Amino acid sequence: MPAVELRKRVILVEDIFHEGGPRAARPYRRGAILSVIHNPFAGGYVEDIVGFSEDLKPLGLDMARALIAALGGDPKAIQGYGKGAIVGAAGEIEHGALWHAPGGYGMREALGGARAIVPSAKKVGGVGARLDVPITHVEASYVRSHFDSVEVGIADAPRADEIVLVLAMTTGPRVHDRAGGLKASEIKGEDGLR
Amino acid sequence: MKAEIRKIVTIVEETHREIGRAIAPPTRRAAAVAVIANPFAGRYVEDLGPLIEIGEELGALLAARAVEALGVSGAAVESYGKAAAVGENGELEHAAAILHPKLGAPVRKALGKGAALIPSSKKRGGPGVALDIPLGHKDAAFVRSHFDGMEVRIADAPRADEILVAVAVTDSGRPLARVGGLKASEIKGEDGLR
Repeated sequence: MPAVELRKRVILVEDIFHEGGPRAARPYRRGAILSVIHNPFAGGYVEDIVGFSEDLKPLGLDMARALIAALGGDPKAIQGYGKGAIVGAAGEIEHGALWHAPGGYGMREALGGARAIVPSAKKVGGVGARLDVPITHVEASYVRSHFDSVEVGIADAPRADEIVLVLAMTTGPRVHDRAGGLKASEIKGEDGLR
Repeated sequence: MKAEIRKIVTIVEETHREIGRAIAPPTRRAAAVAVIANPFAGRYVEDLGPLIEIGEELGALLAARAVEALGVSGAAVESYGKAAAVGENGELEHAAAILHPKLGAPVRKALGKGAALIPSSKKRGGPGVALDIPLGHKDAAFVRSHFDGMEVRIADAPRADEILVAVAVTDSGRPLARVGGLKASEIKGEDGLR
């Protein structure tokens, strides 16, 4: 498969102190890393694309490590995650689906575990397209306090023949979490769900 | 008056390729953005002194955050810029009070120098509004390779009673600068212009 050609990388970190309620002693951190790569399949239908997923694995791991570093450096501090892709207009949504395996692999490898399925979103869009990346608890998908999302986008990407690949991570529950449901303290952490 | 900060967001961008050409080392820039309460939202207040103080505090905080996110020493910063977006219940003059009288001095202190004017932009808008932060060389405003801009936006800010305040720094000019003019290697860096 073709080489992975990186044009641009963006790291976004949000420190959230409050949202109208009590001020958090330590801010809730939400981060995302975006890589803009060339889409080797842009411009026409290509049947055999799955091998490119394997080629993206080193990038996925590198992105996961860089994001953990931007969030303070401790993999154990990461409690929520998500991933996404925006495919430029000369590509197809299936090209974004190539990110499922390497994105998840990279984060699990860098986090040293993480049983829950990584929630994801993807779309085809033009430059400046925004994507809401869903986020859930890394060990148990049903933990309600950790359901969140982060909006990302880059003013000049994806060009028509590019793909924006996204990983997102958080360091805790929503800043004023009080909507009930399964708590992180109650999970068994065996099946990735509860 | 101290700023009542709801959120701080940092964004780092690296450009590795541009129009098929490798950029080595990549050009890099970072912005730090604070979301603060607007103490004067919804009413006319003659004395904007408290916002001027907030500007001084945020200049120090945001410059430190942006330089840290870029991962270089303050002295290695090559260009800078600042901007603010006022939520709908505020006035443009609130942005001016934060940005212009006192924000610059602590930014320059964090960078060691900064003879040039810090280019700025301001606007009023709702959550998710795009802020284009102008960038210019920190010691000589006429350095043409460093005229640039960085778009930042935060999906949930500014709310009506909030203000976004941003400081951006770079360790480089545009990726493929080639339109002539004064070069960074030619400046005297005394008058802030050349």
